[in-house]
Amino acid sequence: MSATNPVMHAVGIGVRRGLGEFGKSVRSTQDQGFYIFTALAAVGYLYLRRDSEVEGTGLLLPSVTLPSILGLLIAFGAVIGPAYALAMEKEDGTLLRHKAVPHGLKGYFAGQLTFQSLSLVPQMVVILVPSFLLFDDLMDHPSGWLTVTWVIVLGVLATMPFGMAIGALVPSSQKVGTWGMLPVMLLAGTSGIFYPLQRLWDWAEVVVQCFPVYWLGLGMRSAFLPDSAADAEIGGSWRTWETVAVLGGWAVVGALVTPVLLRRMARRQTGSQIEAARDASLQWVK
Amino acid sequence: METVDDVVVETRDLRMRYGDKDVLSGVDFEIRAGEVVCLLGPNGAGKTTTIEILEGFRIRSAGEAVVLGEDPAAASEDWRARTGVVLQSWRDHPRWTPRQLLAQLGEYYRPYSTPERARPHDTDDLLETVGLSRLADQKINTLSGGQRRRLDVAIGIVGRPEVLFLDEPTAGFDPQARREFHDLIRRLSAVDGTTILLTTHDLDEAERLASRMLVLAGGRIVADDTADGLARRVAGETEVRWRRGEEVFAERVADGTAFARDLFAVHGDEIRDLEVRPSRLEDTYIALVQQHEAGHADAAARLFAGASGQPATELDQEPSR
Repeated sequence: MSATNPVMHAVGIGVRRGLGEFGKSVRSTQDQGFYIFTALAAVGYLYLRRDSEVEGTGLLLPSVTLPSILGLLIAFGAVIGPAYALAMEKEDGTLLRHKAVPHGLKGYFAGQLTFQSLSLVPQMVVILVPSFLLFDDLMDHPSGWLTVTWVIVLGVLATMPFGMAIGALVPSSQKVGTWGMLPVMLLAGTSGIFYPLQRLWDWAEVVVQCFPVYWLGLGMRSAFLPDSAADAEIGGSWRTWETVAVLGGWAVVGALVTPVLLRRMARRQTGSQIEAARDASLQWVK
Repeated sequence: METVDDVVVETRDLRMRYGDKDVLSGVDFEIRAGEVVCLLGPNGAGKTTTIEILEGFRIRSAGEAVVLGEDPAAASEDWRARTGVVLQSWRDHPRWTPRQLLAQLGEYYRPYSTPERARPHDTDDLLETVGLSRLADQKINTLSGGQRRRLDVAIGIVGRPEVLFLDEPTAGFDPQARREFHDLIRRLSAVDGTTILLTTHDLDEAERLASRMLVLAGGRIVADDTADGLARRVAGETEVRWRRGEEVFAERVADGTAFARDLFAVHGDEIRDLEVRPSRLEDTYIALVQQHEAGHADAAARLFAGASGQPATELDQEPSR
């Protein structure tokens, strides 16, 4: 055992840690409650409007909106999940605990990546299963599942760095709400998921297309819907190559920038900060 | 393994400045392999800052620090494997159990195992050692403050460190847990040859554990001595109390025994309820802290500077009490 490479050894511990955290999460009533809440909200909305037709497509609302909702939830989970986790674990000492052991931070981040990615699975399942039971014509062609897979993988790689960056930069977990939630909400609201992007001002349309959330939704729609539905999109096309380019581009930027931010954050961690954060949180509760 | 005379921890003119406030203004000390050293000082004296600099968790403003031959601020992961850390405040991993957390963090040390020093410690043995066997599978958020602290100590030593830093390790311990902790520290030092630096507010603890004490005040080390040596510095302050008739007397004198002899020679049988209380570590410490807090840090530093065993009569400054 002593011949093992310490870095790979640490990453292995981290992956097992992520699996363990995932196991704890799905067994926790708090996390179960969150999954069920989002599922009820999403499926409930689709059910209430199950007979509405989406103009210009000849499709029912659940068919068009389900892929968009899935795309949004992935973006939301991949940003807010790591942002909160990092901000919290910076404060409670989890990060420092790992800083104190050899190659511990590599293990910690491998664990975060594993756990946060896995967390999206139950999120998808609780929405997909009831949706397929309740609504017809959701998946136009089975080959769409292949598209779903790569869109999700690329989408997570493109959006999770935002979450890690927010978690690394926010001064305290209480600030994740303002720093993290607001931009995500803004992007979500303008992502063309709730109403067509073409209704926005021209400049906003350009800005929104610079960020990954819109493309995640578009990619998901291209996976689920028949090709004829592309007419309702910008340019009347699924723009698959553009989707790969934008999501891939953000994934590359994330892979380059995130380690720098995380290293900077970890270097600044001290025990006194944890003490200060505890005092601050006590103050806040009062 | 180092020989006994090896210096394991060394600071030279260590300085730390926060904004325009100097917390450390030139800290110098050395710790040799196998020593147990206590860092004492009033609140805000910079004990935690000092220990965090040595742990590599805080970047000093100036000066030098060397731990196990490396600068902690730029230390390697291999260096991490040889050091252990117990911080002041931790409330992480609430959903985990002590066994899971200890096993996982210990696992990081396995590539650093050597024939002389098998790493990590066995999880069950270590839980037994810190008295957490019975609670090993309970969630950490159900543990009391003292129990959680014992887990912190276990995590600090799971990699069998050559140097161990502990910041107020016994905060929240009941007397029995405290005694068990003292036994553990003595064993670590005796069996594993671990070099230990700890901060504490408990002078009895310092006296019991430490082979040497460092007192930090006014941003400097104002005393570096054994408990005995430190206590003797105010040996001039032996307190003698007695009653004669209805009157109670108390006096601070240089030589309590001689004073009592004279007392009996003059008053004979009239002397009742005689108490001769030699100065203890606490007296020295309180005197020092009072000097410091009254804004006489430099005077305090002068008072307690110098070699150990300095004759009491040379101390011309009386601590105000």
